[in-house]
Amino acid sequence: MSMTHQVEDKLMVEMRGVNKWYGQFHVLKDVNLEVKKGERIVICGPSGSGKSTTIRCINRLEEHQKGDIIVDGTTLNNDLKNIETIRREVGMVFQHFNLFPHLTVLENCALAPIWVRKTPREEAEEIAMKYLRRVKIEEQALKYPGQLSGGQQQRVAIARSLCMNPQVMLFDEPTSALDPEMIKEVLDVMVELAEEGMTMLCVTHEMGFAKTVADRVIFMDKGQIIEENEPHEFFNNPQSERTKAFLSQILNH
Amino acid sequence: MSDSAKVTDTLLPDLPPPANSTGVIGWMRMHLFSSPVNALLTLFTLYILYILLVPSISWALINADWVGDNRDACTSGGACWVFIYNRFDQFMYGFYPEMERWRIDLTFGMLAVLVIWLMVPNLPKKGLVSVLTLVVYPIIAYFLLYGGSFGLEVVETHKWGGMSLTLILAIVGIVAALPFGVLLALGRRSEMPIVKSFCVVYIEFWRGVPLITVLFMASVMLPLFLPGEVDFDKLLRAMIGIVMFQSAYMAEVVRGGLQAIPKGQYEAAQALGLNYWKMMGLIVLPQALKLMIPGIVNTFIALFKDTSLVLIIGLFDILAIVQAGLSDPNWLGFSVEGYTFVALMFWVFCYGMSKYSQHLEKRFHTGHGAR
Repeated sequence: MSMTHQVEDKLMVEMRGVNKWYGQFHVLKDVNLEVKKGERIVICGPSGSGKSTTIRCINRLEEHQKGDIIVDGTTLNNDLKNIETIRREVGMVFQHFNLFPHLTVLENCALAPIWVRKTPREEAEEIAMKYLRRVKIEEQALKYPGQLSGGQQQRVAIARSLCMNPQVMLFDEPTSALDPEMIKEVLDVMVELAEEGMTMLCVTHEMGFAKTVADRVIFMDKGQIIEENEPHEFFNNPQSERTKAFLSQILNH
Repeated sequence: MSDSAKVTDTLLPDLPPPANSTGVIGWMRMHLFSSPVNALLTLFTLYILYILLVPSISWALINADWVGDNRDACTSGGACWVFIYNRFDQFMYGFYPEMERWRIDLTFGMLAVLVIWLMVPNLPKKGLVSVLTLVVYPIIAYFLLYGGSFGLEVVETHKWGGMSLTLILAIVGIVAALPFGVLLALGRRSEMPIVKSFCVVYIEFWRGVPLITVLFMASVMLPLFLPGEVDFDKLLRAMIGIVMFQSAYMAEVVRGGLQAIPKGQYEAAQALGLNYWKMMGLIVLPQALKLMIPGIVNTFIALFKDTSLVLIIGLFDILAIVQAGLSDPNWLGFSVEGYTFVALMFWVFCYGMSKYSQHLEKRFHTGHGAR
């Protein structure tokens, strides 16, 4: 059941006929995806299905070889200016957090506002503290990432992305590397973010999250989008055989 | 509850460790006398130390002569430090005119103040002091040492020598080789084919040539290729040779450090919108340099000692000038003292660098490594 919220008509992310190869290996096959402002998309699928690659193409951590990707009106091509514009507007949260271990939590968060947005240091630190409070971790601001638990680190990583005030957030399996007792604290932050109207693309195996938060669930296999539906239909009435097989594997264990 | 269930509600208190595993006695028992074989080895080692150290100490310190005007002052049968004492100024300053030696003292004194300022934590204005040290200081040092303006007499570089020359060569080499090395390492990992191949060729070329060859080339071959009127200083040529040679080594140390930084760090930096130079300067290099401290200092130490090779192109560093002193007919036969002194001078500086690097490693340790 989706929460009620505003989805605007404005397209935030548009992928048209996106193809990608690793050498001879065809990883993304004609991926078409439209994400409207305020929409929450969950992408699931077996490992190696290209779901992470898909969202990593959106901010050019991976380069696509064919097709068009347009983010908030900017076309993603080899123009470094466009890539930088898109990366400023797109936040990303990684499976392994990827916090900067040589910087404190506060410095991790204030870094990009200072160096990319040219915000004065004091103001940037205020922004950082604001988002650290939002993920309920402000008391750890002066610690180093290595002194925090996995769940805490991931919440810091979310705050770090939010400090850039992104238009879209990409989540690449944000809870897969966490101990079971820490998954909830991260999911709670993500749910809260969704309630505030953030445009989100999440690659995740947390089907509970998909059911409560997503506007659409996308199932990928072998580099293709196999099925795309609103969550209630997706989980109760899957159409494709491959979707059925995948759902039965992850839901009935 | 079934019979196999076990449960406890009392938390056990923390107890101190058993007495015989702590303290001096505990330590000795564990490390020196843990078994009969270990006890024997300990005693044997102590004996070896005794038969080596006692004569050395009595030669170098107890039976030694320290002051005097000539070799006749050496009567005690031990080391004759009189030789060093008499020529100490020359060993430090080379053939730099006696009246002008304050200029060397001032140059190194200023450097010492700046470096100590940078090394002691909690002192303010580190940024300003680094700019002073790296930009303003070298210019002042050049005018002080070489002279030629501000009413200072010109002192040609062939008069420079001794420990001051060794330090000048080492410091210039160290300060210049690190940034060049970083650039070469980044270039070698670059995706731009021309930059990459240039760096690979440069590094492999300079690493494949012995430093002696480089110095010979710089002092003998280079003037042959340059037009007659272009004559640049022998010391400058040696410095350029040393920097080019050492930056190739430094590049490989830096590349090793760069490879240890996980891909996720680059990706996180890129995802936040940092461009290449900001990503490298703010995220990758600070972490990589921390990992590289032992390797970098190792290269620095090797460089410091390699400076003594300049003696083959006729520059009188500390080793060369002591050797020259040994051939003085008035002081024949004191080579043990002379070389001991040189070794001690090198050791003091190299050990200092090594200690400081260990201190830095501890200071930069922030819990866990990169993920």
